[in-house]
Amino acid sequence: MSGLLYLIPIALFLGLLGLAAFVWALRSGQFEDLDGAAQRILLDDDEPQGPRNPEGRASDGGC
Amino acid sequence: MSTALSACPLPSAVASEPRVEPAPFVRVDPSSGLQRLDLVVEGVHCAACIRRIERALGKLDWVREARVNLTTRRLAVAFEGDPARAGEIVATVDALGYRAVPFDPSRLEGADAAAEKELLLCLAVAGFAAGNIMLLAVSVWSGHVTGMGEATRTFLHWFQALIALPTVAFAGRPFFRSALAALRAGRTNMDVPISLAVVLAPLVSLVETIRGGEHAYFDSAVTLLFFLLIGRYLDRRARGAARAAAARLLALRAQAVSRIEADGTIRAVRPESLEVGQEILVATGERVGVDGTVLDGRGELDTSLVTGETVPQPVEPGARVFAGTLNLGPPLRVRVAAVGEGTLLAEIVRLMEAAEQRRSRFVALADRVARLYAPFVHTLAALTLLGWLLAGAGWHAAIMSAIAVLIITCPCALGLAVPAVQVIAAGRLMKGGTLVKSATALERFARVDTVVFDKTGTLTTGQMALQAIEGGGAEDLAAAATLARTSRHPLARALAAAAGPGPSAAGVEEVAGCGLRWQGPEGVWRLGRRGFAAEVEDDGAPGAELWFSRPGRPPVRYRFADPLRADAAEVVAALQARGLAVELLSGDRSATVAEVAGRLGIEDWRAHLSPAEKVARLEALASEGRKVLMVGDGLNDAPALAAASVSLSPASAVDVSQTTADAVFQGQKLAPVLEVLEVARRAERLVRQNIAMSIAYNLCAVPLAVLGYVTPLVAAIAMSSSSLLVVGNALRLQLGARRAEQPLPVARTARAVGANA
Repeated sequence: MSGLLYLIPIALFLGLLGLAAFVWALRSGQFEDLDGAAQRILLDDDEPQGPRNPEGRASDGGC
Repeated sequence: MSTALSACPLPSAVASEPRVEPAPFVRVDPSSGLQRLDLVVEGVHCAACIRRIERALGKLDWVREARVNLTTRRLAVAFEGDPARAGEIVATVDALGYRAVPFDPSRLEGADAAAEKELLLCLAVAGFAAGNIMLLAVSVWSGHVTGMGEATRTFLHWFQALIALPTVAFAGRPFFRSALAALRAGRTNMDVPISLAVVLAPLVSLVETIRGGEHAYFDSAVTLLFFLLIGRYLDRRARGAARAAAARLLALRAQAVSRIEADGTIRAVRPESLEVGQEILVATGERVGVDGTVLDGRGELDTSLVTGETVPQPVEPGARVFAGTLNLGPPLRVRVAAVGEGTLLAEIVRLMEAAEQRRSRFVALADRVARLYAPFVHTLAALTLLGWLLAGAGWHAAIMSAIAVLIITCPCALGLAVPAVQVIAAGRLMKGGTLVKSATALERFARVDTVVFDKTGTLTTGQMALQAIEGGGAEDLAAAATLARTSRHPLARALAAAAGPGPSAAGVEEVAGCGLRWQGPEGVWRLGRRGFAAEVEDDGAPGAELWFSRPGRPPVRYRFADPLRADAAEVVAALQARGLAVELLSGDRSATVAEVAGRLGIEDWRAHLSPAEKVARLEALASEGRKVLMVGDGLNDAPALAAASVSLSPASAVDVSQTTADAVFQGQKLAPVLEVLEVARRAERLVRQNIAMSIAYNLCAVPLAVLGYVTPLVAAIAMSSSSLLVVGNALRLQLGARRAEQPLPVARTARAVGANA
């Protein structure tokens, strides 16, 4: 039973960590645009920019 | 690759309306020194749209940050340097084919967003605490069976107390605030018994823990908070989404006025920035932005949104014009005669406020239940305490039983009963394009027994269409249309639309305020008003008209009318079939109103009403005990919307009407009126079932609590299962929606009407 003495605090600490992460996400505005976040995952960040794609539109094709 | 991303069409370039200058909307961010600009963007649908806008702005090297919010369809830009660069930002977005309109975020958001965030934070804390406490509580409950020692149990209780007490203090604030506000006002609401239970349960448990007692209710208190916060949060979010969508509709329509500067240049400015005596230019087809006097120009104004009259009114220098009217004729020069308090709009708003004050305050069903429920359970708890004391039990046992009564009767399911249904109902209506903005609107919709319609723009489309041709045939129409296609006048456009696609004549001359003239091979063709196009006597017939004359032929008369919405007759018939009284109140002339009322089968109609007379009629109906739904769109309807027990307005309505209305519907059809009433009625039924169920639940549990049999385990099971039951029942609203995809009632009555006709 003495194991409870440190296991419960550890469990609580891990839970608090999760809560803190949520509060951070909330404060940094990650819950302000849920639809946008779902779409942004489809964007390529590493696409070559600049000269090869001067209009920023050519690669948008279907849209 | 992004090519397959979406089938979102390239947005088309938008009509060339005068744009509001964005510079006045730029704010300086004090922390970073950057300029910030917020825009509402129309036409953003997908990831590719986001990227296209953000990239284009990112290419401007003075733009530091550009972020599109797809949920709210807004664009936030931070940039360096001169605020006037804002114009370039708007131009960049416009060039991509999206329409960007600057707005003031503080005016659009208000306290709503902050409250929603606070609720979400409380919800997260309560959720964390509920999970962890339940973990410990389940161990204690199992310990009761397996023979857990007192030391271990007390140890686990202390841990629960450690989590529960701060959680209740933090996450309970929304309920405490509301309960205190109600108590201060001498009322009681559902939050009073909730707060009492949520505070008493952990306090008593703390005392028990200190005494090394067997039972602690920490888990009940926190789980209860968690469930209730879910309900509150979803409710607030659904309403926030509807309000934001409604605000976006309005922001997108924000129009600039063209101010004529001293040096003759024309600048697009916000109407609020005008001063009395300044001059503005109102182009053909543009809405007059201010109340003023015409200095120069002669033509016609469409005043339907302001007065409800469909026939265009002639204007000439010296005439008084009002904000919201549409210039049909050549450009007008107008001097601003009033701003702020002196305008017609301000007068309407005063009328509205007065009407709102006279309207009796609506008490939500949950609050009415609470008024009976709260005193009942509090008396019951006191009686339990007294009863046990008289029966000779000790103070401790008596208090524990009384507290158990308070905990078990805590209206957890009751607190969820209403929001669970409303969230689903509002979400369903929102999918259909109806935005329910007010919290108690659904309850008020469900009680409606009389529906009052405005005519222009509500039962009718508010746009002219060709109704009749007198003295000519298809060939005349085709010829007239070659002239009409060259003009932007609404009647000419309606004529061109009726004739369909075809050629347009070259060299057509537009005579201001009169019509169109074309020098053809066999003579002069004229299309325009009586007297210009044809020398005929005025026969006083109502309605708008155009005359068309060619040499050697009799003149042709085209009559125009504001056509009814496609499903107006069906909707009115369906409303009447449900036993609702339907009335028509219009500011238009008797002849037009009588005709519309006749075609729709509305027996009660009144014409030529001023805004105050509309209010008076609604108040008369209210004093007869009728619950009136007002559907209207014009400036002249706004006070009536405020006076009615519940109100609805189309998205084409003037700003003040949309803001006042409890709900706004989008689209060309009137069917949303029916759908709102239908959904509201079903929601009301479910709410009543939910309330009955949760009260029944409590009634079963109360005897156990009074007799002292309720342990924390029983309380937890009772509370969770009743909440699940209530939420499950609310979900039936959604199931029903899927089963009846087609709006059945309309279709059925349409057939019935067809058979009768």
